Amino acid sequence: MSFLTIFKVSLRSLGRNPIRSFLSCLGIGIGIVAVILAMAIGEGAKTMMVKEISSMGNNLMMVFPERRNRGPVSGGMGQGQTMTAEDAEAIKRELGHLVKSVSPQVRTTVQMMYGAKNWAGNVQGVATDVLDISNWTVTEGRFFTDDETRLAARVCVIGTTVQSNLFGDDESPIGKIIRLKNMTFRVIGVLGSKGANNWGQDQDDVIMAPYTSVHRYLQRSKFNTINMMNLSLVSMDDLEDAKREVSALLRQRHHLADWQDNDFETRDTTEIMNTIGSVTGIVGMLLLIFSVITLVVGGIGIMNIMLVSVTERIREIGLRMSIGATPRNILVQFILEAMVLSTVGGAAGVGVGIGASHIVGAAAGWPVLIEPASAVYAFIISSVVGLFFGFYPAWRASKLNPIDCLRYE
Amino acid sequence: MAHLIEIRDMYKIYAIGDEPVHALDGVSLSVDDGEFVAIMGSSGSGKSTMLNILGCLDVPTKGSYLLDGLEVAKRSPAELARIRCMKLGFVFQNFNLLPRTSALENVELPDLYMGRLNRRERKARAMQLLERVGLKGREMHTPAQLSGGQQQRVAIARALMNNPPVVFADEPTGNLDTKSSIEIMNLFTELSNEGITIVMVTHEDDIAAYAKRHVVMRDGKVMRDDRGEGGRKTTEEVSRLVKEALA
Ligand SMILES: Nc1ncnc2c1ncn2[C@@H]1O[C@H](COP(=O)(O)OP(=O)(O)OP(=O)(O)O)[C@@H](O)[C@H]1O
Ligand SMILES: [Mg+2]
Repeated sequence: MSFLTIFKVSLRSLGRNPIRSFLSCLGIGIGIVAVILAMAIGEGAKTMMVKEISSMGNNLMMVFPERRNRGPVSGGMGQGQTMTAEDAEAIKRELGHLVKSVSPQVRTTVQMMYGAKNWAGNVQGVATDVLDISNWTVTEGRFFTDDETRLAARVCVIGTTVQSNLFGDDESPIGKIIRLKNMTFRVIGVLGSKGANNWGQDQDDVIMAPYTSVHRYLQRSKFNTINMMNLSLVSMDDLEDAKREVSALLRQRHHLADWQDNDFETRDTTEIMNTIGSVTGIVGMLLLIFSVITLVVGGIGIMNIMLVSVTERIREIGLRMSIGATPRNILVQFILEAMVLSTVGGAAGVGVGIGASHIVGAAAGWPVLIEPASAVYAFIISSVVGLFFGFYPAWRASKLNPIDCLRYE
Repeated sequence: MAHLIEIRDMYKIYAIGDEPVHALDGVSLSVDDGEFVAIMGSSGSGKSTMLNILGCLDVPTKGSYLLDGLEVAKRSPAELARIRCMKLGFVFQNFNLLPRTSALENVELPDLYMGRLNRRERKARAMQLLERVGLKGREMHTPAQLSGGQQQRVAIARALMNNPPVVFADEPTGNLDTKSSIEIMNLFTELSNEGITIVMVTHEDDIAAYAKRHVVMRDGKVMRDDRGEGGRKTTEEVSRLVKEALA
């Protein structure tokens, strides 16, 4: 009997029990939907995070002072007192072949006032280089210059959230004097909006001022310590060299003996991406395990239906054998039935899965990435599931003795 | 000349419970090409058991079976399937048609497994066989839309599909009324006249009267084998023959 004929026989048998066939497809279908969703969401989330991370800065490398752990209390990243603005200047001066731009960063929270309005927010003390390093733009006015930094000029640029809270929509902030901790600062520019980041934090709720000014007027600190520095490397290919040379320079400047650990830490986006990669990898793995379980459950459903079907159609099997069907013919017929069930379920699952991915993506605001290959995989996986779980019932059917089948009550 | 069917010293023993059942207890029988044989005997005497083995649906516990000169007693299930496909036709008491499948497709089925004809030829042959058994115009009817007698005629057409030299029938009229039984037996008589070998199990004397040769069994043994040299028997003669054999 030709394969095509057996295939037709299988299709007809399934067509006789449309509701049952539909229900047995369902399990596999749901499994495939899960597989597609897992792949689409995993890929989408990863792409989005990678985009987000690379938007943090160009060839970004960060240096934090060592964490100070006092007893069991962690001081938190950037709370060490060991790194100074001079360290940043030294890096810029001496490692120019590796590092294009350097911006020290100090942070403080202040109450800001303009006329009767006031607002509490973050002031970042940075250098002009920050524009090269991070993807900030200035939409109105200008950014402060290196000279203004050197002279600790009391100027600042503000984010759009600060702008709307202090000035409203009508008034131009450029040239206006605002009070930060009762010190007057002139607003010289407005930063282009970046919106909320991945973690829901409003990036526009920020004021940037020269780090020197923040030190002198807002922190009133004797020490020139900074919370971190952002470096933009000439090339990401030199990352390892840059880390090594920056470390060597800082160790030398901090007079660390060989046996002493670094009193600073370097971070770069590849590390962050690796971390994110491993997190999304774990999530993806969990989703995949979940999908596999669903597929196995679906496969068992098909196996169950096929076992019932074999018992129900035992007289048909006997009849087919009596007029010349070989055990192999019977085996192929029932395996094909199981495979048709699972691949039809799988194909429907691919369709629904793609739709569901787009819905989930739209709801979560994530890009949805469905590789065409994943549809093909899903198709192959579902037929393999059919083959695997259909084999045992089909094998049992093929091993039946014709006369036992014909006599079966 | 070699016999078409020859079994020698055949046993079929079922080991159910403590006491093994000897359904066939050393039977020997041969059937020649073109014979029309009725196998008779009381219930449980082993008629169906023997027919199933002759039809390669079952295998004997012991003994030899030459079909068309070929030893078939110890073949694999796949080989037996090929033999059934090419050489044997079956007619069952309960018709055994595929439900919800047209008469035409039921008749075509054996050739699907044989794969000898193309689609057009297969359909043409099935149509021709259905016409021959008197079912012209009913080709598209499903078993549920046919009477018992008509279903049995579809089954006979199906048995003839692959042009087998032998047709086996186990109580082919057991589920039919007298009128349908007579029609079916007339059909068998025609087939026999065309040279097809028929081996039929029945316990109705009037049905057995259509056959030329009568084999009477008891307790798994052949008690009487009347080759019908005296010409066609009447129902009364068959009754007497069976009674004598079992006395
Ligand atoms: N599968 C089986 N398992 C156990 N015993 C069986 C089996 N098939 C048949 N037998 C026994 O073998 C014996 C012969 O059975 P068989 O069906 O051949 O009788 P029969 O002559 O066809 O009877 P009937 O006229 O009632 O159809 C019986 O005693 C029966 O109980
Ligand atoms: Mg019987």
